[in-house]
Amino acid sequence: MLDKALTGSRTYWGWIVFLLAITGAGFLFYLQQFATGLGITGMSRDVSWGFYISQFTFLVGVAASGVMVVLPYYLHNYKAFGKITILGEFLAIPAVIMCMLFIFVDMGQPLRVLNVLLHPTPNSVMFYDMMVLSGYLFLNILVGWTVLHAEKKGIAPPKWIKPFIYISIAWAPSIHTVTAFLYAGLPGRHFWLSAIMAARFLASAFASGPALLILLCLIVRKFTKFDPGKEAIQALGKIVTYFMITNVFFLGLEFFTAFYSGIPGHTHPFVYLYAGLDGYNKLVPLMWLSSILAVVSLVLLLFPQLRKNETTLAVASICVFLSLWIDKGFGLIVGGFVPNPFEKITEYWPTAAEATISLAVWAVGALILTVLYKIAVSIKEETGGEAIH
Amino acid sequence: MAIKRREFLKIAGLTLAAGTGGLTTFSALRNGILEAAQYNRDPKGLKGSRWGLVIDMARFQDSKAIQKISEICHKKHNVPTIPNPRHEIKWIWQEGFEHAFPGQESPYMADTMRHQPYLVLCNHCDNPPCVRVCPTKATFKRADGIVMMDMHRCIGCRFCMAACPYGARSFNFIDPRPFVKELNREFPTRMKGVVEKCTLCYELLAIGKPPACAEHSNGAIVFGDLKDPNSEVRKLIASNFTIRRKPDLGTMPSVFYIVSGKEERLGGHEHAG
Repeated sequence: MLDKALTGSRTYWGWIVFLLAITGAGFLFYLQQFATGLGITGMSRDVSWGFYISQFTFLVGVAASGVMVVLPYYLHNYKAFGKITILGEFLAIPAVIMCMLFIFVDMGQPLRVLNVLLHPTPNSVMFYDMMVLSGYLFLNILVGWTVLHAEKKGIAPPKWIKPFIYISIAWAPSIHTVTAFLYAGLPGRHFWLSAIMAARFLASAFASGPALLILLCLIVRKFTKFDPGKEAIQALGKIVTYFMITNVFFLGLEFFTAFYSGIPGHTHPFVYLYAGLDGYNKLVPLMWLSSILAVVSLVLLLFPQLRKNETTLAVASICVFLSLWIDKGFGLIVGGFVPNPFEKITEYWPTAAEATISLAVWAVGALILTVLYKIAVSIKEETGGEAIH
Repeated sequence: MAIKRREFLKIAGLTLAAGTGGLTTFSALRNGILEAAQYNRDPKGLKGSRWGLVIDMARFQDSKAIQKISEICHKKHNVPTIPNPRHEIKWIWQEGFEHAFPGQESPYMADTMRHQPYLVLCNHCDNPPCVRVCPTKATFKRADGIVMMDMHRCIGCRFCMAACPYGARSFNFIDPRPFVKELNREFPTRMKGVVEKCTLCYELLAIGKPPACAEHSNGAIVFGDLKDPNSEVRKLIASNFTIRRKPDLGTMPSVFYIVSGKEERLGGHEHAG
């Protein structure tokens, strides 16, 4: 089926070359980072994780959100998602690969990466994160490829794949729960030390991932002869609506606990992020942008007549995605480090090198996504898009 | 290009020899004929079940005294002096009271106590979060309580830095070697991309000496076994009011601070390093 990715229009190849160029630029910066160390990033002794780990965290959510189309289709036989389950699964694959790449570029000694396997440490959450992420990658490749292959041949998917599908449905929340546990179990980091962290992670994942999927569906419809279907897109819109409300609610719970209790350690990171602390306020504009985007998206999503218009739904999806990308892909990680354990403040901002490397990882993800979607859509164009049971 | 028969035989022979050699070494190791390292412990080496420090803050009113100890430690362990504070490496240094003990300060506390500098370092916790989170066991707790670092195993993920509630860990964001002022050839330097911190002078304990900070403190820092009820540290903790950094987090720090708020502590002890 890979051959489908080797033939395409000028636009297709232009896009591929564009992504390769960004990847190349990032790779050059990575070589510099590899040679001189993580000192070329904006990270510091006090803010020891930055953009790379934030992006990793955000993308685990995007990967997990594939379950939002897989579950209704396979467990509730929701037919409208039959056409797009493959788009959900093929979004999860590049998302997990990006997660792995972001972890890799964040390592101080990347050549020692196999030490994690050589000295498996079950008391470290990172050990489980590695296991669940690779497992999820495997499941999505296996399920996506097998089902698509059957569709190409015009036959029903083999029976043996069903257990893997059910496992993958249960697996999806686990990857994001474990990722939340990386943070939620650390004493002394008040901002992260919250039992609602995993739930909040899942809520924001199931809002941002499907929002991205809506946009991808619209792009696919615009550029190819395959139509993911109005009903499927509307159903995704409802999923985004419910989970965006849940996410904002969970964030509100964090605010309540922090400010009603008045415990300084709990309030400081929120004050730093949304108002600035002791004159340090680098992240304040971003966090307010995130909040405004969240409100705008909710207004657009909550009223059915607005949501039913695909243009407004697209705008709402962009708002949700950007809002959560800022909140989780930046503020959440940096906020955990400010103030530092000495109640002092060191601010963080990514450097150009760091941003380019991050952009390159996104470009690799976009490249894999493009190739996978090209294959899936080419087959859908031939078969009319209906999966066979 | 095909390999000549002669060369093939040569390579095959060498491979076989290497294989047999490897096998012999392996079985020798398994039968305990050879130790993994031919190494004898120094009989003078100190033995304890939970090493700890008691720091008498009344003796550290002057920041120069702490500065001196910090310099001695950093010099001894090839800790680089990096001017950029973002990339700074430190093992033992000073902080104000509200920074060392956040949440315990009050505007009405004794001035001497509030304004004097406090010595901070790795707490060698009995329940260390850094060890819990390390994905490769590069940081681990020894039987004597020292929270150790294996700089050759560390992958530089910095999970331990996120987990440590004391900010005791530093990461080598850049190659530290050009910033080591005077190289001490008896202690290893580090490479870029690994995390490091105080190791309670394990190398000195192994030859029967106390940690350098204790040795150069004129008795203001006392080192000993917290599990031994007759140790000097236990006597000091029993007879003085001591505090620890963030004890509410359950990490069980092994560094105790005697704080009295008085200029010189009453009934001061004399103990040689």
